[in-house]
Amino acid sequence: MMPGPTHLLIAPILIPLAAGALLLLFDERERRLKDTISIVACAAMLAVSILLLGRSHTGGPDGDGSVYVYLLGNWPSPIAINLVMDRLSAMMLVLTAVLALPAFIFSTARWEKAGTHFHSLFLFMLMGLNGAFLTGDLFNLFVFFEVLLAASYGLVLHGSGATRVKWGMHYIVINLAASVLFLIGVAMIYSETGTLNMAQLAVLMGDLDTQSRPIAEAGAALLGVAFMIKAGIWPLNFWLPNAYAAAVAPVAAIFAIMTKVGIYVLLRLTLLFFGIKAGGSNGFGAELLFLAGLLTILFGAIGVLASQALGRLAGYSVLISSGTLLAAIGFAEDGVTAGALFYLVTSTISISALFMLIELIERGQDPAANVLAVTLEAFGEDSEIEEIHENEVGLAIPQTLAVLGVSFGLCTLLLAGLPPLSAFLAKFAMLSAMFSPETLGSGSIRSSAWWLASFLIFSGFASLIAMSRAGIRSFWAPLEGVVPRVLLVEIAPVAALLLVTVGLTIAAGPAMRFLDATADDLHEPDAYIDAVMNAVQAAPGPRGGIR
Amino acid sequence: MELLLSLAIGILVSSGVWLLLRPRTYQVIMGLSLLSYAVNLFIFATGRLKIGAPPIVEKGTAIDPANYADPVPQALILTAIVISFATTALFLVVLLASRGITGTDHVDGREPER
Repeated sequence: MMPGPTHLLIAPILIPLAAGALLLLFDERERRLKDTISIVACAAMLAVSILLLGRSHTGGPDGDGSVYVYLLGNWPSPIAINLVMDRLSAMMLVLTAVLALPAFIFSTARWEKAGTHFHSLFLFMLMGLNGAFLTGDLFNLFVFFEVLLAASYGLVLHGSGATRVKWGMHYIVINLAASVLFLIGVAMIYSETGTLNMAQLAVLMGDLDTQSRPIAEAGAALLGVAFMIKAGIWPLNFWLPNAYAAAVAPVAAIFAIMTKVGIYVLLRLTLLFFGIKAGGSNGFGAELLFLAGLLTILFGAIGVLASQALGRLAGYSVLISSGTLLAAIGFAEDGVTAGALFYLVTSTISISALFMLIELIERGQDPAANVLAVTLEAFGEDSEIEEIHENEVGLAIPQTLAVLGVSFGLCTLLLAGLPPLSAFLAKFAMLSAMFSPETLGSGSIRSSAWWLASFLIFSGFASLIAMSRAGIRSFWAPLEGVVPRVLLVEIAPVAALLLVTVGLTIAAGPAMRFLDATADDLHEPDAYIDAVMNAVQAAPGPRGGIR
Repeated sequence: MELLLSLAIGILVSSGVWLLLRPRTYQVIMGLSLLSYAVNLFIFATGRLKIGAPPIVEKGTAIDPANYADPVPQALILTAIVISFATTALFLVVLLASRGITGTDHVDGREPER
């Protein structure tokens, strides 16, 4: 038996917080130092999350998975604000770190220079993300959401310019309004149950009387709407493609996980509050999630087909990914959830890679280059000196178009869900779970299965058309024959992310076993609830402190 | 008292939503502020309305919860006030930047064509 991770559990929150705060002390000119500290922090986060992932999967007494609880302030359990790590949380932590490191390395090439405090904002956002994935308390979730949103407001405006300020402003207003809904929902749930601890809520939700139940359900519905706004569900998502397309490339790349925070919370809370233990309200809202997911897929697919600019194409791909996940959550079937989690991981990684790749492809074309030139100039950079500087330091790669083309092709395969890469396996896992005799038991195939299957295939087809059209236009028939100058530090992160998906394809067996176990935990959350309710306080140390 | 409070919250929310849907950035920020006031009052009401009841129990005495106000909503409001204050300030800066860059206070950055 391995020892519990105890204090390691809070490290994913503390590392970016400490590093981000430290970086505020340094002047913007000490870029190398700031880069180094940030990269070390991101790498440390990645290492810790992978360690935690291993513990969550095999750390239990009999080598089985285990749920770890960290009581902040060492108060007794249901009262304490806690951090809870199970397989799903650990997986999201790893995913965040996997996206953060390449996005950050990418930004060191040029984008971090387009504004102030990029490093700190980036790290604070990671802290908010990690906190949101780890917390087991509804109000604490709100606080971490605000941390990550506040940092994201700064990041979406990074680089400034009229377009970014306009779409950034819309993004901020929508999210502030969503936060208001979040608070109303939390308050309503608290007024009926008297607790904000997610595990305790799951227990109490089943025992509510007929008078309190509708109010608690209404509160949960309001919370759900707030998370659906973050997840970009139709019709609450018109801000999303524009805001993502306007953000600078590395920011858009890390924003790929922002919608997944909404998905994560919806998945966790629906299965905790309205899962098998919920008594009268189990399955609450599932049909609505399913329907809204399908409509989001449809909206995303139409948007992908209609997009002229590559940035908006990627933005609508985010919507397709969100819609697919929401519909799969609404489907509420163990095996489908496992497949959906696999899809979550691969689609997030591929969209993140695509956002960075797009910036490299469009660099040869005029609009993006102009925006960059303007912002750098406004920020006081001398563009000529910058050019020479780049020539000296940066290592440009040969055969640029070939490398970019291959990467773009891989992204196409991933977004369309074609074999042989992991997105195909993920979609296959979802489809096979919907139709396999194991999950059906004696029942017949649900009509919603046919709907979800056809929407999955249709969205893949739409992505394929849109991506091939964009690829042909960019690589085979470009209007201007300019070959973009791409540095090694810019293409390497894209390649690394694509390699991760290749790795997931090769290691699909172990990955699916892990995700099946994750989905089992989610659909039968007894282990989660028990671990939180019976968490043991740390014993006081010799001087009254905590050992 | 319940009726008065719920009416006050209702008026704040309806004014806030109406302002939020207006096209001028200043109206939007006022709307968001009114909404956050309404939410703070709402959270306060979830702790039930009591007059003259302290939220802190005294040490060493027998405790009857009925004599005390619920401290959790009050703590929540404090956090919510701080966060909404900070985000409103941040939004104010963006609003000014948008006004400076586009020369208009319309939320779309340009006046609608008439």
